[in-house]
Formats: sequence, C-alpha cells, structure tokens
Amino acid sequence: MSYLPSLAPSRTIDVSLGPQHPSTHGVFRMNVTLDGETVTKLQPVFGYLHRNHEKIAEGNSWLAAMPYTDRLDYICPLTNNWAYALAVEKLAGIEVAERAEYIRVITAELTRLQNHVAFLGFVLGDMGAWGTALMYAFREREKILDLFEALTGARMMCNYMRFGGCRCDLPAGWIESARKLVDGFPAFLDEMEALLTGNEILLARLQGIAPLTAKRAINGGLSGPVLRAAGVDQDIRKVDNYGIYNRFKFRVPRGSVGDCYDRFMIRILEARESVEILKQAIAAIPEGPVVNPKAKQRGFRPPAGEAYGRIEGPKGELGFYLISDGSDRPYRFRIRPPSLINLTLLEELCLGTKIADVMVILGSIDIVLGEVDR
Amino acid sequence: MTGILEAIRAALPSAGVELLQNPSPCAQHSLIVCPKDARAVAEFLRNSLGYDFCSNVSGVDWPARKVKETIVRKETVEGVETEVKETVEREIPGFLEAVYHVFSISKRSGVLTLRVRTGNRTDDVSIPSLTPVWKSADFQEREAYDLFGIRFDGHPDLRRILMWDEFADHPMRKDYNPPDDFEYEPTPHDEILVKVKARTEAA
Amino acid sequence: MLDEELKADLQKRGIFVASFEDLYNWGRKNSLWPLQFGLACCAIEMIATAAARFDMARFGAEVFRPSPRQADLMIIAGTVTKKMAPLVVRLYNQMPEPKYVIAMGACAISGGPFKEGYNVLKGIDRYIPVDVAIPGCPPRPEALLEGLIKLQEKIQGQRLFGPHRARHADTDDAADYPVPAYGAHDLEPALNPRIFRPDPPRRAGE
Repeated sequence: MSYLPSLAPSRTIDVSLGPQHPSTHGVFRMNVTLDGETVTKLQPVFGYLHRNHEKIAEGNSWLAAMPYTDRLDYICPLTNNWAYALAVEKLAGIEVAERAEYIRVITAELTRLQNHVAFLGFVLGDMGAWGTALMYAFREREKILDLFEALTGARMMCNYMRFGGCRCDLPAGWIESARKLVDGFPAFLDEMEALLTGNEILLARLQGIAPLTAKRAINGGLSGPVLRAAGVDQDIRKVDNYGIYNRFKFRVPRGSVGDCYDRFMIRILEARESVEILKQAIAAIPEGPVVNPKAKQRGFRPPAGEAYGRIEGPKGELGFYLISDGSDRPYRFRIRPPSLINLTLLEELCLGTKIADVMVILGSIDIVLGEVDR
Repeated sequence: MTGILEAIRAALPSAGVELLQNPSPCAQHSLIVCPKDARAVAEFLRNSLGYDFCSNVSGVDWPARKVKETIVRKETVEGVETEVKETVEREIPGFLEAVYHVFSISKRSGVLTLRVRTGNRTDDVSIPSLTPVWKSADFQEREAYDLFGIRFDGHPDLRRILMWDEFADHPMRKDYNPPDDFEYEPTPHDEILVKVKARTEAA
Repeated sequence: MLDEELKADLQKRGIFVASFEDLYNWGRKNSLWPLQFGLACCAIEMIATAAARFDMARFGAEVFRPSPRQADLMIIAGTVTKKMAPLVVRLYNQMPEPKYVIAMGACAISGGPFKEGYNVLKGIDRYIPVDVAIPGCPPRPEALLEGLIKLQEKIQGQRLFGPHRARHADTDDAADYPVPAYGAHDLEPALNPRIFRPDPPRRAGE
C-alpha cells in the first residue's frame, strides 16, 4: 500500500514547551499547537513557581515583607526593595533621607545594568548561542555583584532598603569602586555591540519577528523596555519623578517597529543611559544619614488607608498596592508583576511565527518566573 | 478626582459611582462603581477621558465584621425626656472586591482607582469583566478568580491561572484553611517572645 | 583491600593499583552530568557557578543536559511548588540509574522562607531521596561547589557489591517513585511514606 502524502489528512501537533526547558527563564510552560512549524495557538500555563508571597505577607509584619520582595524578580532584588519601600512611604507619608535617595538611584541603576547584561546572555542562549554570551555577561555581572556584596552583605537577596532610607551606609572606598566600574562599563557595552549587533544571524533571527504597535502595547498593559520598543514614550522615572530622578539628565530610548530587534537594542541603549545617570549620581552624592530617624522599622504600624506605589524596574512597571487596617501587618499586599502582564500579548505575538521564534519572542520580553507567579 | 467624577456623572447620569476617601497621606481616592455600570464607565474612561492603561487589577476580600456603635437617642423615662446611650452591634456584610488602577499614558496623569464590589462572598460573586476594555486585565482577573473566587462575566477565558485546575479552594480569602503540613520548628527567638509576653502581662 | 602504604610505595615507582570499584567511582564522580533544571533564585547562583568566575567545569560537571534521559545529577535549585512537584518526580523517574539529587537552597530542603505557603512543597525529600542538602538562601557558588565535592566523596565511597551496595547496584530496589496527583486541597499523597518519615510535628505552644 503506497502512502501518498497529498491524501494524508493534515493534523496539528500539540507540544508542551516546559516547564523544564533549556531556556533559562524558569518554570514556564506553553501549550503550543503547531501546524508544521507554524504556531496556530499558544496557551501559557503559570503557577509552577507560585510561592504565595501575598498570603505570607499578610501573616508577617511590614518590615518582614522586605526580604520576600528580594525573591520576586530575583535578578533585580534592590529595585524590588525600593518599590516596596516607596509604596510604604506613600502609604504612611514617610520622607526619605537625602543621601539614601542617591544611594537608591545608584543601586537601582547598577541593578538595571546587570539585568540588561544578563538579558543579553539569556536571549543569546535562547537563540542557540548557548554559553558564550552568557559567560561574558556573567563576567560583568559578577563585578556588580561584588559591589552589592560589599554594600549589603549578600550578592543577591540584598534586603537593603528600609522605610525612609537604606539599611546601612556605604563602606569606605565603595564610591571609588563604583566609579571605576561605571567608567569601565561603556567599553564592555562596546565590546558586546561589536560582537552582536552587526551579526547576520542575530539580525535574521530578530528583525521583523513579532512587531507590536503602540496602541496594542498600551492596551495590553505592557511596560518597561517592551513598551518603549513599541514606540511609546513612557518611562516611570520621567512620568512619576519618584525619588530624585528629576535631578539627572538622561534620555529615554524608543523603538519604532516593536519587533524583537527593537526590544533587544533598546536594552543596550538603556544600559548606556544608566551609565550616564550613575556618573551624575556618583559625582553628586551628599553626606548625611541614610535613613529617616523618625521612621519606625520594627513595630511599624501605618495608619489605615491604602496606596499604590510603582517604580520603573528593569523589567517594567513594578508596583505594590498596599492596604493597611492600622495593625502591624498588611491587610492586602498586592504585587503588580511586570513580567506576568508583559506576557498578556504573548499569544498574539507568536501566532503565525515558527516554533523557533517563540523562544526568541519569549526571551525578548525578558521575564522572570519569580515575578510572574509570585 | 472630583473632575473625573463629574465627567462620568455628566456622561452617564444613571451610573452608580461614588467617591471613597482614602485617609492615607498619599490621597489616592477611589471610585466605587456599581457592577452593572462597570463596563460603561470603563469604556467612557478609556474612550473619552484617555485612560488607556490599566496597570493593576487586585482582588480584595472583606469578610463580614461586627461593629459596635454607641448611639444616643432621646427617650421618655418616667415622664422626663433624657438622652439614653445604647451600644448596638450591627454586622457589615462581607463582599469581594476588584480594584483597578488605571493611568492615562498621553496625559501622564496620576493613578485612578476603580473599585467594583460583589454582592456577598458566597453566591453573588459575579461582576462584569473589564478585559474587553483593557486587555491587560486578562491574566489578572483570572488570578482574582483563582485566588478569591470572583467570577468575571464576559471574560474570554475564565479559568484558574496559578493553582492547578482540580484545586477547589480560593486560597487568598481570609477564612482559608491551609493543609496541615507546616511543621513548627522552635527557634531561640521563641524563648524571648515568651519572656516578653510574660513581662507585658505582668505589667 | 590493599594496604595504603604499599599503594603509595608502588605509586612512587609509577605503578598505580586500584580496585575496580574505585576506578569506576572515580570515573563517575568526575564527570557528573547535571540536569538543566533551575526552578527559582538558586538557579541563578547555579548559572553563576557554571560561569567563568566560579567554574564548575573544574569539577567535571559543566555538561548540563536538557533531557533527563542523559543526566545523572539533578540539582533541585529553588522552591518546589505543589504544582511543580509531580513533574519533578516524573523527571526524576526518567533519569536512568545511577542518579543523584542535590537539594540546593533552603526551599528545596524544607520549603525555606516560603514554608507557610499553601502551594509550597515543604522540601523535595518528601517524594524523592536527596543525597546532598546545601543550606543557604541562596547558597553562594562556593557552597554549591562544596556540596558537589561532598557528593563526589559520597560517590567515591559507594560499593557495588555486598549488603551495603549502592541503590543502582541493587536490582531488588524499586525503580520508579510514585508521582503525586493534584487533589482538591493538596497533593495526594502528601508525602511518600517509604522515604519520608519525619518526627511528629511539634505545634506552636507545646
């Protein structure tokens, strides 16, 4: 009996990508329906890292929630800390010490640098260049982690921000080391750009993949570099002017097409802008206390009320919605996860693309599962 | 906030919208929207006032609580009109709530908070979904359904998102009983806590 | 077994004497192939350990395999949630013997800081046997390397014959570990009684 391919009924294949997958974004699963190699349906499955941050926070004090925020977006613990401290300061009307504001900006921009650099490593691993770019990226990231360890005592999981300031002051010589690192960083970015941005394979795999319009991106609730790559001029550092960002001159890069290439390049450009902010902040940091002496940390009981505080995290708009009923524990501790909401349009972006492009699209959105599932 | 409230009342006069004051210093007041008008109000906000970015959707559980109030009423006691103080206990019924934080990207506005409340916590838990208005509410409304039990009518795909499908409870509710597998481990801090408790009780 | 002095003496003359077990274990311990399986924050420290500064390749374990069929070491790096637990057990079952498990980080050992969570499995040793536990939140890369060295020492000391032989040399031992199912309130069963027999829990206030 001969088998004639033209008479064979065409069928779609259901593939479950993940949760154990070589792509290092964590335990994320996508149920993909393929027609040959083209994606016809994509359903993300979440919850494999649902660690109940919100419920645990309701049972612990306000200060005890700070180490848990480290573990949300675990590549950027210091910005998570700042977002939570900012939301509590909004809730209770606490003023932040001046020197602490500068330290917060310096640590947040260093976090952004090491996040964008790790992104480069991971997205190239997703494309198949497993290992090489990751080694370069982690080499630079280790230098920044050394600074964090000298300041906070831990490489990751810094638990450094407090209500009204920071936990401890900069050790002697830290600013000098930071200045040296920041001065040497553009050379590393130049090295990466020379290796990557002219690369034919990279251009072929990133350009034109999953373009996104500004209107669709706004309606989908996207934030951070993904939104700016789609052409929207929205950077919460400029919009909300939280902290002391209005004292620094920096540009906000914007993409035009919103495809994977724009999402990739915008992070390199943002890293350069972060270097500019760091230079200005390191030059201008004043002396003084690092925490508001009137702010209470232990036994902290904010008055009843609620607040929504947000910052421009490296992945997007990280917000905390806190409801207090006057007691020493939060009544409601809601985390606005940029990574989860950036995945809202994942199915739309991936429909019609090839299965190999799905990993690139997911990599270009830059998610962290600790934040998606909380 | 009052400007927005007036604009909504002007455009949708029959909509049930009221202002809820927020006592916190950040003064982020919210608008409580009646469930039957939630879609219309959301569409008005997006199309006419430019609130196109729905940033956050949270579920909140407000269980029923008893409130003791002292009321003063005038009563005739033995022919003389006197004021009588009476302590009355009344129960505020519980409800579930979905809180929406929306922004306007073009206007660079501050946050606008919308609240939509269910009837009660048991059988009347349906409110309209705002996913057709703001797509960003998609996964977050699914999460509110999964963890709180709020049903969103008109949601394109309402099913559990974080817990597995066979899971039967709504864990973020205040009366959720977690499974009994948390083994308590004593720490050195427990002795200190016992001493502090004894000292505060003696004082 | 050979006398150590005689062994050292022969070594000086360029004659190496070893038992078959020692040679077999030496080869296995220096070429462990971990499964590329990071769950949460500890996975980033695991990647940092494999990266250039801490370099797990020095110990032979740099070949991370994406498929469990080709791996012999599973580093449980991160919190195991109840939703993920059946998949972890299934992956463990798919690994061929001899296989080892390192529980990296407080979450994999006992649930860690998320111990009160309703969706958090209080330690992966409820379902699969763990060989080395590395405490820390997250453990430093040096700590992961020390755990790896401890595992290598354990492998070196494994016997192939005799009553205390290793699990993979014992054909009577069970091959598959039962995979828990999703229940209405919790995983069913909540633990594997054959390998997890804790002391009865002490409640707060006792």
